[in-house]
Formats: sequence, structure tokens, C-alpha cells
Amino acid sequence: MALSTDFGPATALSCRECGTRYDIGPNFACIECFGPLEVAYEFGTVTRADIESGPTNIWRYRSLLPVPVDVAAKPNMQPGWTKLVKADNLAGELGMRSLYVKDDSGNPTHSFKDRVVAIAVEAARNFGFTTLSCSSTGNLAGAVGAAAARAGLDSCVFVPANLEEAKIVVASVYGGRLVGIDGTYDEVNRFCSELIGDSLGEKWGFVNVNLRPYYAEGSKTLAYEIAEQLGWRIPDQIVIPVASGSQLTKIDKGFKELIRLGLVEEKEYRIFAAQAEGCSPVSTAYKAGHDVVQPVRPNTIAKSLAIGNPADGPYVLDIARRTGGAVEDVTDPEIVAAIRLLARTEGVFAETAGGVVLGVTRKLVENGQLDPGAETVILNTGEGLKTLDAVSAEARPAAVIRPSLDAFRTAFAN
Amino acid sequence: MSVSVRIPTILRTYTGGASEVAGEGGTLREVLLKLDADYPGIGARILDESGKIRRFVNVYVGEEDVRFSDGLETSTPDGAQISVIPAVAGG
Repeated sequence: MALSTDFGPATALSCRECGTRYDIGPNFACIECFGPLEVAYEFGTVTRADIESGPTNIWRYRSLLPVPVDVAAKPNMQPGWTKLVKADNLAGELGMRSLYVKDDSGNPTHSFKDRVVAIAVEAARNFGFTTLSCSSTGNLAGAVGAAAARAGLDSCVFVPANLEEAKIVVASVYGGRLVGIDGTYDEVNRFCSELIGDSLGEKWGFVNVNLRPYYAEGSKTLAYEIAEQLGWRIPDQIVIPVASGSQLTKIDKGFKELIRLGLVEEKEYRIFAAQAEGCSPVSTAYKAGHDVVQPVRPNTIAKSLAIGNPADGPYVLDIARRTGGAVEDVTDPEIVAAIRLLARTEGVFAETAGGVVLGVTRKLVENGQLDPGAETVILNTGEGLKTLDAVSAEARPAAVIRPSLDAFRTAFAN
Repeated sequence: MSVSVRIPTILRTYTGGASEVAGEGGTLREVLLKLDADYPGIGARILDESGKIRRFVNVYVGEEDVRFSDGLETSTPDGAQISVIPAVAGG
């Protein structure tokens, strides 16, 4: 296939396991060892001023991403530059000194997935793919549908059929094909892996399969934004949800790049990983001292994190251990309590994944693993309106009354 | 037992481009040994130096990820469909 491609500063793909290098292409696994391929770069000089003069979305970091220099001018969702909320009320409640919530529900389709999909769309354009696809726990399917519509591509996305209603609607409303699969996410993923080797899936760009090396780089922008929004400083501690583990791995990569490029001061930071107890293969491996992850069958309300066989799980273990962090999990009731706590203290309505992160943060403070005196950033990666069922039994009207002052007085007499 | 083995794209250089090949063996270990005898070198792509399934490979017998059953000792009944799939991130 003759390609005229433009991936900006990206120069090659490189195996994260064995280091074998490959030309830029729609490949995701190392021929030698099956290890995941990552984008390798040759960055020129990148300055804070260059970045600060860029658009208020992820393209301000285009010189650190595998995208062409004119990427911002193409039709795209312009994700990113979401709010970093200084969470003083929540910090007070948890007994912490300095706490921020990076609220990625503010993205165009209300989850961090818009970041990664935007990079995958550029790769799809570069490789000449005309259909965008993915296996998804819900948020990704919506992000792919919307981005494909904006970019003028076809889409066909695959999800477990039993997803939350809102995620089904969001994944189908943008006009592409949504296919529900009778099975778990891991089974959907396997299906897509087989589809990609079949003529049925020819010329399809699966954002999290054959475009994964590019797609995954989008999560680095969370690291860049957090550091820039803190005044070009890496936080002491960060708590990140783990589904496949890709996001956590790339946030670590992003921080390391900022240090290497001299955009922030070098410092030690600690990365903590959060899972739901009902799907906690990485947390289980961490606590057992293992460096491989035994797959599980998920059973949790945190469906966006319900990946029982997390591909980047081993790297999450490596990073948590290397940085002095930890991997912890919380129960479904703790997730619901955390969603309500965040809403009540900071006015941020998180989806279940955000509840997992805050629930784990609270647990880590209580068991002494997280330093309450150190500057901490926690991620909310999605929107509470997409997982209403999690809290709908508890979040109800205080009263339903006739429209009269007497009725109100009576209802709230004490 | 005769079984069939689905080969992922990146290993099809060993099988002359075939996406599915015939195999033989009563356990996954035996099937992989025979596969390597038929297509020399392919075994070392699936198993690491210590003979374990590489950590970024998923192997299925029928619908079942063998990490849920007996790993390399998982039995492979006559007619079983075995799939070798690179791990992919989500989600």
C-alpha cells in the first residue's frame, strides 16, 4: 500500500516489550513477541509559549502527538482543555490539603474518549480508511460515532448489548451502525480482533485495535493539560481509573515527556490506579504481588471499567510500583456513595468510573497509602447523566406537593 | 484429536497466509507442539522462553480463554476451534 502520510513528530512504531521498531502503519502488535506497539517520536524544540498560543483543545499539544501540523483546521470534535476543578470542599471532607478534579465529562460526547478518538481519526485519514470502528464499553462507541460523523467517515461500532440505556442512545444517535453483541466486553473485543483479520473488516480502522498505537496517545493530553493547568507543574499524586490500563500508562508517558522536554521541573510523582471490586483483576494482582494479570468475568455497575482481561494491566502494575503508588478497588455501594459525595461537595456529577476514582481515593487516604498533605489530582472521565441508574434510586425529590405555600410549609414543617 | 487453529494476521507469514490451519493433539500444549512442527518457529511466537503463553497473547479453546481453564493443559476435544489472538486494549 503506497501511503503519503503525515504523522507530525512521530517517526516509527516501537514494541513496548522488546523494542523492535516498525515503520508507521496500521499495526498494533509486535511480530516478534505480540507486545503492544507504541508511537516513537523525534520531538524538536517545544516551548511553553508555543503551546500556550495554540487552540483551547488538545491540538495545542499537536507537536507532541502523531498528527499533522494542520490538524486543527480539519473537521474534528476539538476535544480537551476540560476544567481542572480545585476541590476545596471535597478536600476538607476527606482531610486532604490540596485536591483537584480533572473533569473530563466536559468533552464533546462527555467522556475522555473524545481525546483518543480524535487522534485515531487522523490516523484513519492518513491510512485511507473510510469506516471507523471499535469495541467499546459504551463511551468509546459514542465518541467514535460523533467523530466519524464530523469527519465524514462511516462508522460501525460494537458494544455489549446490556449497556446502560444512555450509552446505547449516544452510540447510535450519530447515524453510524451500532451493533450490540450478546456477551461481555472481552467477548466483543475478541470478536473485533477476529473481524480485523477477515475480509469483512477490510479497510476498517478499529480505533482501539489496528489504530491503537495512535489512539492511545490521545490520553497523554490529560497529563499535559493537568500540568499546564497547575502552572506547568506535575502533581505529587494522581488517581486514575483502570479499565484496559491504557489511559494510566499514557498519562505516565505524558508526564515523562514533559520532564524530558524541560517543560516542567523534574520531580517524583506517584500514580494510583482505581478499579471496581466487581472487576478488579489488576488490583488483585497488585495485592498478590504478581506481575501478570489473571482475567476475571466482570460484575459491577462501573460498566465503562468492566474489562476483565486488561491488555495494559501488566504496565499498570509496573507503573504503580515504580512510582510508589498503589492499585485499589471499591465496592458498588462505595462507588454510589462517592458519586453523591462529589456531586454534593463540588457540583460535579460523575459517571460510575468517576465514583470508582473518588471511592478509591477516599479508601487510600483512610488506609494511609495516599498522602493527604500532598497535592493530588483525581480524574472524572465521564458524565453522570450516562449512568443515571447508579444513583436514580437515591437521588429523588425531597417532596412532591401541590403548588401552594401551605403544602410547602406542611411538607417541611420541621 | 483433530482441531482447527485460527491464526492471527501477524503470524500468517508462518502459515503461507492461511488464516486457519488443521491441528492435532489432546491438550493445547500438544496442539501447539504439532503446530510448531508443521510451521517451524510459530511456537516461539506464542510461547515465551520459559514455555508459558506470552503475556500479550490470548488463546481460546472454543469460547473459553484458556487462562480461565487449565492454560496449556486445557483439553482440546475432537473438532475444537482454537484461536490465537493478540491482546488489545479497550474500551
